Amino acid sequence: MKILVAVSKAPDTTSKVSFKDGDTKFNEDGVQWIINPYDEWYSLVRAVELKEADPQTVIHLVTVGDASNDAILRKALALGGDEAIRINADASDSYNTAAQIAEVAKQGNYDLIFTGKETIDYNAMAVGSMIAGLLDLPYVSAVAKFDLQGNDAIAIHEIEGGEETVQITLPAVISSTKGMAKQRIPNMRGIMAARSKPIKVVEPIASDNLTEIVQYELPPAKESVKLIDANNVEELVRILHEDVKVI
Amino acid sequence: MSVLIYIDHSEGNIKKSSLEALSYGAALAKKLNTTAEAILLGTVKEGLDIAGRYGITKVYHAADQAYNNYDAQVLTKALLPTANNAEVIVFAQSALGDAIAPRLAAVLNAGLVSGAVALPETENGFVVKKSVFSGKAFAKVKINSGKKVITLKANSFGVKEREPANAEIINISAASSESKIKTIKIEKIEGEIPLTEAEIVVSGGRGLKGPENWYLITDLAHSLHGAIACSRPVADDGWRPHHEHVGQTGVQIAPNLYIAIGISGAIQHLGGVNRSKTIVVINKDAEAPFFKAADYGIVGDAFEVVPKLIEAVKKLKSEN
Repeated sequence: MKILVAVSKAPDTTSKVSFKDGDTKFNEDGVQWIINPYDEWYSLVRAVELKEADPQTVIHLVTVGDASNDAILRKALALGGDEAIRINADASDSYNTAAQIAEVAKQGNYDLIFTGKETIDYNAMAVGSMIAGLLDLPYVSAVAKFDLQGNDAIAIHEIEGGEETVQITLPAVISSTKGMAKQRIPNMRGIMAARSKPIKVVEPIASDNLTEIVQYELPPAKESVKLIDANNVEELVRILHEDVKVI
Repeated sequence: MSVLIYIDHSEGNIKKSSLEALSYGAALAKKLNTTAEAILLGTVKEGLDIAGRYGITKVYHAADQAYNNYDAQVLTKALLPTANNAEVIVFAQSALGDAIAPRLAAVLNAGLVSGAVALPETENGFVVKKSVFSGKAFAKVKINSGKKVITLKANSFGVKEREPANAEIINISAASSESKIKTIKIEKIEGEIPLTEAEIVVSGGRGLKGPENWYLITDLAHSLHGAIACSRPVADDGWRPHHEHVGQTGVQIAPNLYIAIGISGAIQHLGGVNRSKTIVVINKDAEAPFFKAADYGIVGDAFEVVPKLIEAVKKLKSEN
């Protein structure tokens, strides 16, 4: 089994979100970068668990970006990836990112490609689905449980108001969400081993950025809260019914 | 070149989020001086001519039961010939829409904006506002390609019925392709309203002290015909299933009314709920950060306040 895990760097979930240059750029001052949680906690850890069950399994990591991404690749290697590939390109457009990863995937002949459900910064939920489209592979999104069964995979994924269990013929692209695996912290042995694991840097193929962000906005500030006495819940119900008209 | 809207359905019913997508697509077509058309793959119980009410002139329909299954690979291929004739293709954000829309965009070499919250601005290029940083900010994204794909965030445009009109139905036979995904089973939570489609959501946090007290949340939700949700620690501790977790790494919602009970309001939680139109917070800690993001608040013990609130809601409902 050969698995490709796509990882992306993302600002830590407690980061203050602010913008600069006339609200055209994300202000990175003081931002801690982490591996996008969906990529790390769910995709990568599940891949590592599959390798623990079958030591023949090989896990490759891939990211799109400049050398500032090497720190998250090193951490992902410490968690259990065997080698990492960094495609030296700008990852601001989902299509370009997917096209770059699809090219690496094509050459590596993987049985499984894992992506996170989305990145927590741009929330496009796009790269996994696009890779699957570019490679004409089956795709299941928001997978909360994943197991192998012979040459197939069994996945439980989230749908509106419930979940669906599907059987997938491999190779396939899977996007992961909560439930697939539990967060791990790299141990000392993993961190030491990661130092000698390779990070291969490849140059991008010719592709297009089909989209660009032209302006950011912060949500309008809320007016201050109107407090209602705990012994007067009828007043809250009246406001919601008569003034706000939501119930 | 028209605007094409994908109609998503479940168990034979058109999803409410798709009615919103039809309304959005029709308004966009008007703005672009073109026609709004829709496509439905699979079978539904209702007549598709009702799409006319939302401003749609034609509905392409491939009535093949094979298309009722979740398989983005098969559905994208079936969609492609019709999508080739459209300038903008609109999807509602949903489990299936999120799986198909980016794939279609990649195959068409079309720029994608997912999670749109407003109609595109067309004065200076084609610019779509979307939610980013898990609800903490918005970005205006310019699509530079000729073809464009948009997924619409639920409850951001609204379902808009126009004059009564019937859409023309055009039956198509999309060539079906081999499926590599087989549905084994579907489990739906009976009697509960899907979170992303709910107009009212009642949510509980660790302040409720344990899963045995969840009747407070479910009773209030049921009295309001709302959906139930929870904070991340509650799902992590196994008090409630993960799919009820709202927040930055859970489900992101934008209901008309969000009632948070016993939730402190960490920044990650706010990211998932701050597009709610009205937020009510009930917490016994007056210093809980959630009060700063709330429209209305009650400082009090949930075990005393919520039963009284349920009574007051029931009284209101019986009088109206």
